[in-house]
Amino acid sequence: MAVQTREHATPKVSSSNFKQNATAESDEMVVQLRDLNVHYGTFHAVSDVNVEVPKNRITAFIGPSGCGKSTVLRCINRMNDLVPSARVEGSILYFGQEILSPKVDPVEVRRRIGMVFQKPNPFPKSIYDNVAWGAKINGFKGNMNEHVERCLRQAALWEEVKDKLKESGMALSGGQQQRLCIARALAINPDVILLDEPASALDPISTLKIEELLRELEANYTIIIVTHNMQQAARVSDKTVFFSLNERRQGILVESGPTEKIFTNPDDSRTEDYITGRFG
Amino acid sequence: MTARAEVKTVTQVQTEAAASWNPRISARRTIGSIWQWIFFLATAVAIVLLGMLLWSIIEPGWNWLSWHLITDMPSRKAAQAGMNSGIWGSIWIVLGAAAFSFVVGVGTAIYLEEYAAKNALTRFVQTNISNLAGVPSVVYGLLGLVFFVQWLNLGRSIAAGALTMGMLILPVVVIASQEAIRAVPLSLRQASYGLGATKWQTVRSHVLPSAMPGILTGMILSMSRAIGETAPLIVVGASSLVLSRPDGPLSAFTAMPVQIFNWSARPQKEFEHLAAAAIIVLMIILLTMNTVAIILRQRLSKRNRM
Repeated sequence: MAVQTREHATPKVSSSNFKQNATAESDEMVVQLRDLNVHYGTFHAVSDVNVEVPKNRITAFIGPSGCGKSTVLRCINRMNDLVPSARVEGSILYFGQEILSPKVDPVEVRRRIGMVFQKPNPFPKSIYDNVAWGAKINGFKGNMNEHVERCLRQAALWEEVKDKLKESGMALSGGQQQRLCIARALAINPDVILLDEPASALDPISTLKIEELLRELEANYTIIIVTHNMQQAARVSDKTVFFSLNERRQGILVESGPTEKIFTNPDDSRTEDYITGRFG
Repeated sequence: MTARAEVKTVTQVQTEAAASWNPRISARRTIGSIWQWIFFLATAVAIVLLGMLLWSIIEPGWNWLSWHLITDMPSRKAAQAGMNSGIWGSIWIVLGAAAFSFVVGVGTAIYLEEYAAKNALTRFVQTNISNLAGVPSVVYGLLGLVFFVQWLNLGRSIAAGALTMGMLILPVVVIASQEAIRAVPLSLRQASYGLGATKWQTVRSHVLPSAMPGILTGMILSMSRAIGETAPLIVVGASSLVLSRPDGPLSAFTAMPVQIFNWSARPQKEFEHLAAAAIIVLMIILLTMNTVAIILRQRLSKRNRM
């Protein structure tokens, strides 16, 4: 595929479409989900999920609609705290520290683990303020102008907006808005970035830009992306986690592993059925 | 061969389907235009009534409009009577009531929408607030008389009048503010929380600015009501003959509607004309006030659309 452009430090010779820095056993795990269960009221939405997320890699969550992949993602920065009926059980370790504990402040978690949502949702403020606000409330003391420029450059948006930083973030195109949201997430200096189907509302060219951007960000950030688009998962991710539904309509983890293995030689027949389009 | 057979089948199906349809397009259009006329008539009735109301005031009052009506104090003689103290009294009361109900009302709305748990107690509070909006204004007057005039010992003062009026419009301000806060999209809150914002930072920087135009709409409606209310002010103790403008929150006061009520109750024909002229002045002030509030709201919402 045309987007396969990136050179890696230790390239393996391969003609496949997959990224070549697949996860190794020695990778440090940034986020570890242990026996995660999520209930919405009486509905048991996610059952016994175990996932390990490697540092400075892109991990993709894929699976059919309603399989709980977004729900799992939203547990990682405690966004489910905002849903009154949600109950999360199990354990999520962030660099070995439990973040589901009631003693942990979700504000602190979200400052470390940023999030980009499915639909671009810039603040109704200027482009500059969209990026600067998160840094400001988290006590950034450095040079704000430089910080905003750095974040916009990292999000590959600087060249397009540098002359109109005072204009509204809402006036940008959908793809630009989503990159602004990524810049906004970078501005709080997180370790992990969660993306919940970040390209599903965008056209193919904007989608491509987001994917290229993610692969540049990977060097400095640990990225988890939920996607419906299997080609996207194959193109950008190092590790793929496949979720599905069991017979009781609960979200379960079927299989996880290096993206190339999941897409070419999955262990589970359900994974293969989904990947090849026989189920979805 | 197979393909052609399929095409034929589809055509057959379409022909058969057409028989079971009756679009009645012209009948549907007729029904549509009948309803359009009904709605037009409803609007026309409202406009005609409003026009008659305006005429019944402008016709007797127009020739009695003069500067001295605005600048002079009330008098027993119609030719010399003005409503200066009433205008100032109304301005004090409306601004005082607006300030009180804005602070308390928006605060209540923020608490109920953003902080309070959604349980039986908050539902009970919510129902009561809605009911309070329908309580007759004279009841608020009695509450003000007991609570502000007597217990808080404010006397028959402009402060007691303003606070009573503030209580009267409070439920509407709370409900309008709650609705405006509820209308702020979830995505905006999520974006804010996702950056590690606390609840207060989210409310302060995103929820309130987005809700402010809606809150101001509620304030405009409430202030329009406050400027015209008479009964609670009479109960709290507005005098009809006040010969100086209020010089502080504890001074005695009158208000435009009280003045109008008093004049229209007098036997002399001249005072009826004076009352009509005073109503025109009240409407002009009301209109000016609303215009300022609407301009303010538009500027706010333009900034927020950014």
